[in-house]
Amino acid sequence: MATLWNNYRYLILRRFTQVGLLVLYFGANAWGWTVLMGNLSSSKVLGVIPLSDPFAALQMLAAGAVIAADLLLGVLLLTLFYFIIGGRAFCSWVCPVNMITDSANFLRRKLDFDRVQGIKQPASRNIRYWVLALSLIISAVMGVTAFEFLSPISMVHRGIVFGLGFGWAAMLIIFLFDLFVLKNGWCGHICPLGGFYSILGKFSLIRVHHTQENCTLCMKCKVVCPERQVLHMIGKESLPVLSGECTNCARCIEVCDDDALGFSIRNLVKNKKTGE
Amino acid sequence: MSENRPTIKKKRQPVSDRRKFILNMARGAGLASMGGFIWSAYIDEVTASTLILRPPGAIKEEDFLKTCIKCGLCVIACPYDTLVLAKPGDNKPLGTPYFIPRDIPCYMCPDIPCVPVCPTGALDEKSVTTDGVLDINIAEMGLAVVDADSCIAFWGIQCDACYRACPILGVAITIEYSKNERTGKHAFMKPVVHSEACTGCGLCERACVTEKPAIFVLPRETAMGRAGDYYIKGWDKDDEKRLENASEIKTTTEISKESAVDSLNDAGDLY
Amino acid sequence: MSLSRREFLKSSAAASAAAAIGMSVPAELQAAANQAEGDWRWDKAACRFCGTGCGIMMATKGGKIVAVKGDPAAPVNRGLNCIKGYFNAKIMYGADRLTQPLLRVDENGKFKKDGKFAPVSWERAFDEMEFHIKKALKASGPEGVGVFASGQYTVMEGYAAQKMMKAGFRSNAIDPNARHCMASAVVGFYQTFGIDEPSGCYDDIELTDTIVSWGSNMAEMHPILWSRVTDRKLSDPERVKIINMSTYKHRTSDLADEEIIFTPNTDLALWNYIAREIVYNKPEAIDWDFVQKHIVFCASPVNMGYGMRKAGEKSIKEGKYTALEMQTIDKEMKKVVSATEAPALKPYGYKEGDVMVNENAGLKHWHISFEEYKKFLDPYTLDYVAKISKGNPDEDINEFKRKLQLLADLYIEKDRKVVSFWTMGMNQHTRGTWVNTLAYNVHFLLNKQAKPGSGAFSLTGQPSACGTAREVGTFCHRLPADMMVANPKHREITENRWKIPNGTLNHIGNQDIMRIHRDIEDGYVKFAWVNVCNPYQDTASASHWIKAAREMDNFIVTSDGYPGISAKVSDLILPSAMIYEKWGAYGNAERRTQHWRQQVLPVGDAMSDTWQWVELSKRFTVGDVWGAQPLRGDNSLPDVRQAAYAMGYTDNTTMYEILFANKEAQSYKIDLKSFPQAGYDNTECNGDSRNVVGSDGKVFKGYGFMIHEYLFEEYASFGRGHAHDLADFTTYHKVRGLKWPVVDGKETQWRFNTQYDPYAAKANKEAGTTNSHAFYGTLAKSLAQGNLLGITDTTQLPLANKAKIFARPYMDPPETPDKEYDTWLCTGRVLEHWHTGTMTMRVPELYRAVPEALCYMHPQDAKEKGLKQGGLAWVESRRGKIKARVETRGRNRPSRGLVFVPFFDEKVFINKVCADYTCPQSGQTDFKKCAVKIYQA
Repeated sequence: MATLWNNYRYLILRRFTQVGLLVLYFGANAWGWTVLMGNLSSSKVLGVIPLSDPFAALQMLAAGAVIAADLLLGVLLLTLFYFIIGGRAFCSWVCPVNMITDSANFLRRKLDFDRVQGIKQPASRNIRYWVLALSLIISAVMGVTAFEFLSPISMVHRGIVFGLGFGWAAMLIIFLFDLFVLKNGWCGHICPLGGFYSILGKFSLIRVHHTQENCTLCMKCKVVCPERQVLHMIGKESLPVLSGECTNCARCIEVCDDDALGFSIRNLVKNKKTGE
Repeated sequence: MSENRPTIKKKRQPVSDRRKFILNMARGAGLASMGGFIWSAYIDEVTASTLILRPPGAIKEEDFLKTCIKCGLCVIACPYDTLVLAKPGDNKPLGTPYFIPRDIPCYMCPDIPCVPVCPTGALDEKSVTTDGVLDINIAEMGLAVVDADSCIAFWGIQCDACYRACPILGVAITIEYSKNERTGKHAFMKPVVHSEACTGCGLCERACVTEKPAIFVLPRETAMGRAGDYYIKGWDKDDEKRLENASEIKTTTEISKESAVDSLNDAGDLY
Repeated sequence: MSLSRREFLKSSAAASAAAAIGMSVPAELQAAANQAEGDWRWDKAACRFCGTGCGIMMATKGGKIVAVKGDPAAPVNRGLNCIKGYFNAKIMYGADRLTQPLLRVDENGKFKKDGKFAPVSWERAFDEMEFHIKKALKASGPEGVGVFASGQYTVMEGYAAQKMMKAGFRSNAIDPNARHCMASAVVGFYQTFGIDEPSGCYDDIELTDTIVSWGSNMAEMHPILWSRVTDRKLSDPERVKIINMSTYKHRTSDLADEEIIFTPNTDLALWNYIAREIVYNKPEAIDWDFVQKHIVFCASPVNMGYGMRKAGEKSIKEGKYTALEMQTIDKEMKKVVSATEAPALKPYGYKEGDVMVNENAGLKHWHISFEEYKKFLDPYTLDYVAKISKGNPDEDINEFKRKLQLLADLYIEKDRKVVSFWTMGMNQHTRGTWVNTLAYNVHFLLNKQAKPGSGAFSLTGQPSACGTAREVGTFCHRLPADMMVANPKHREITENRWKIPNGTLNHIGNQDIMRIHRDIEDGYVKFAWVNVCNPYQDTASASHWIKAAREMDNFIVTSDGYPGISAKVSDLILPSAMIYEKWGAYGNAERRTQHWRQQVLPVGDAMSDTWQWVELSKRFTVGDVWGAQPLRGDNSLPDVRQAAYAMGYTDNTTMYEILFANKEAQSYKIDLKSFPQAGYDNTECNGDSRNVVGSDGKVFKGYGFMIHEYLFEEYASFGRGHAHDLADFTTYHKVRGLKWPVVDGKETQWRFNTQYDPYAAKANKEAGTTNSHAFYGTLAKSLAQGNLLGITDTTQLPLANKAKIFARPYMDPPETPDKEYDTWLCTGRVLEHWHTGTMTMRVPELYRAVPEALCYMHPQDAKEKGLKQGGLAWVESRRGKIKARVETRGRNRPSRGLVFVPFFDEKVFINKVCADYTCPQSGQTDFKKCAVKIYQA
């Protein structure tokens, strides 16, 4: 039991956060709870504190909308949080699509798809930045928030909170895409929101740190990592994972039997380093 | 022909980094613009649906689409479950709030709970405020339209279900009385909707007893014509307000599109 | 029926030409014309709902009614309908129609009072009824068997029920829900005219100049009549005036030239004010010639209580009423005269603060002089009346006075014709009989009654409150054609006609509908049968009656089409055929009798109420019911078996053989080849293709004679020659109804008017007079003499052909708002729903239009009580509370201090809040006013 907890503690915590948030949102709509109302695009905590999706706000800005003060405050709060603390944690700790893509990935590993298809991925992880740029351009040209009309993230999340409609199709498409077409396809390659948070979270404090001395080069961490490029230092040098693309999902920490990976705070890392 | 061979050889040589970069960029740009066009076409399609009724206080549809963040706070605030967010399959701009009056109309809460919660101003409190107090009666969600052919009141049936359902009956819907010459002793009581007062709440549409409602709410933009600011009602002093928008007039028709000199010089087959 | 092309063209042309000019076409021809049009069949019927009596046509296809239309040939509605009428067929096809008898049983299938409902056979159902009726008869005598009857019975059902109850069980405990709706009007008619039902007819609308609606929201409750009123107004907008008299603003105000909002109960003062204006200020307006020839002045006791339970009654002694309830009920015995009513009671010797001791006054009244009447009117000055009656606190008193003056002037204006319409506002009233008679006072003084375009006209609520409840006499005190159980001569006539021994009929007819409920609560009535009504939802103080039905040792049976509240509180439920699943006839408010044929077979195993009564009669023999029977007090019914043997009956002769399948009945033959029977189902007479297993466990194959015609003709024979003449059965199937008395094939528009009513002409001729009118009614037509305070000379003065003007003062209702219960509650209907909603709430369109009952109130009241538009509020009285959604906008706009809650919604059970006080003379409950408090839920 203890090992099970040890091996899955972050996964369990992440699922707890993801599902917990969904339940709170759902409860707000269905039973009038006031803890967390709205959805991931914009919400109110306890009916007072606004939280708003900065990427959606950016698209609104591009589309030429007037940004309301309430919204601005909500955006500011979330931006600061992810910028200073969380990094790209949204993707693995909040986003419900993460559960879909994780399960596709899990199945992929179980079915040994990687061995059949080969490890080489046919697409660049930079697509997401192109999509990000494109969504802002289209927002500007069409005068609407372009990604918001397409986003499977909102579709899924809104679907669960407010009623799904054909939203299940979006879930299925992503699942099948990640399973059969492209490993970590949606979250790791295409999603512009992921791209946005990669940029936003580049300098956040919470980081995964690699201790090369403990590493046995088993490479389990690289197998589970949805953004394996960020683990380039494994077995090579003791460094924190500094890429913004790391989602702080901590799967690498869990699978590492050798205590070679762990969370740390960026400043301390630096201090430690300089201190050595 | 033989001169061509080295070119083939050359092709097999590793591509320079610079060239690779340019090619990649070009490929990216190409893919991006292709994707962009498809994406834009999709957006154009999903936002084309103008037959949608928005919550009270909604700003112009065009601005609404860029301002609404689709958070659903208005939906949560609605005590009657009137408002819903467009789901995939609803064929409405995805995630935006709307209502279908035949299912659940807007009950016109005097405290309009759906509006103040809007974080983005897509629902504009000012547009539903009179003298600093929220006033649902000035909301403009839509406009009720009567299909006189299927409305049974126009057959002479004593219905008026829409009239009695109207929260501002006597103002937004009035009854027009006229004699029923066929029976010789009954009166028609026909509902008439007044666009200046109708909020588009849809209680009338909900109440209508015909199979498919004979009175139904359309977005005001769809339901209303516009007389323009040129002609002012001579008997209505207030109507002069429209003059504020009136501007310089210059007209062109098929016959007047050329300059006077040009048309004078073009005798055509006149002589 | 086969038609040649030529015949088809001829009949179509005749039908459409006739429809165009509104003429009645023989139904045969009309049917032929329609039949040729497709695979459906059109046939005429009467609308199921209100008392207006619109004619409709039903299209039947594949054994189901598939469409409805207004009957263009019907004179009332000329092809139009209101939206309820539009859905006459849909009411029959609700998904939860009752299709088989259901009994509360234990796990072994035995009857158990608190068991769950399970399907049983018709045979078992009748076994249980027989058992429990016999048990009840043994325990309490005939008075222990009660029936909640209906103003929605067909004529034949009502007649069958009344015959079995009064002749079979010898019980007068049969009383219709019409008691709640028409009783005050009836007693008003009796006391004023000596005979029931209006003198005028709907044609008055087209002929009048002034329509005053008193306590009647005609716009919603009588939409087709309102449309005629509207047409009249449009025809001459300057001349025609419409006044709406109400305790709150409603849709009838829309068209009105003036709206007068008065405080509940002050209609008494308003009528007397108009009379005072005439007598004191415009005496020249009195038509003395008319008054002297036709009118006498009368008075009656004022300390008569409020029809509530009296001290010493069993349930009161047992503490079934709370201290809060007793605050109101105590007023039944005595009350303190209030400042409001003191001036009006001054001529009777009362002053403010006096204790008035109430006594059972019955219907007693006596002759007084005009001077006494004038003295009585003295207090009703404009100042006094305006002060007590202004119902809108926000209205200026001078503006209100102006309106009252205008109202009086319109009535008084010479050559101005005036019609006063009223419904429940004046009938559901603790002084309902009084206020009904006060209406005639004004019309009589001005000679504006029983004349084309003029008259006070009581509109009915139910489709056959007139036709069945009143004319057939399914009231506890009545027999057919205005005869009374208390009158030995009337009983004898009835006994002879029914071929039952003299002395069979019970002479005590006091178990009105409230009394039946109270007798159940007192444990006296042990068996009650609900027919075509919903008494457990539509009776005030509802919690008491529901508790009594469920928790006491009794057996309640409900015959219904749907599982309403009454079915839910019953022990046995019988599935009834609904309106067009049986032959029937209704009579509307203008004395128009209309018949229809069975259009379709009933659903499931449902059978008509007529069949249920007739089947029940098979279970009881002469030996069972015609021996000596005990009654309450020192009364009893004699043993009439010897007389029965002399008539050829034996102890084993069943009531079926005597009352329903006698020789006369057998003479009405089944004739499937000719009109009107040809081509139509007749379940009771022939059985039907469903092969329903009947009350004896065998497939029911029909009685073998035309029972509908028999029941109708026998009933009609009571009235023929007695100013209640009906045409014959077959004629009614050809015409669009006829207004009785039908004399020499002609209907009567204005009764008592020598020019129009053959009976009035006859009465004048017999009396050797040449008067314009003859009020020939025979009830209470000889009176003692006296003054306002009482009888001074018991010499009986005959009053042949005269009508009465009554001195009857304003008095407070038993409950008025106080500090704790600070708001008036008024209940009523909405256009979309019929009564308790058992039918209309099952029509999706009507349900969607009005899904729930709302509490209509003034926005400022809502604000002061912290209530939100659309939010839930408790409406609480001394008797109970219910939750309703607050509506401060829309169709009903009460002034501050009053709320209106409709009663159609079983989820907003407002009758738990209402009080069961009644007019002590008519027994009609006052649903229109009680005191409540309202607070956030």
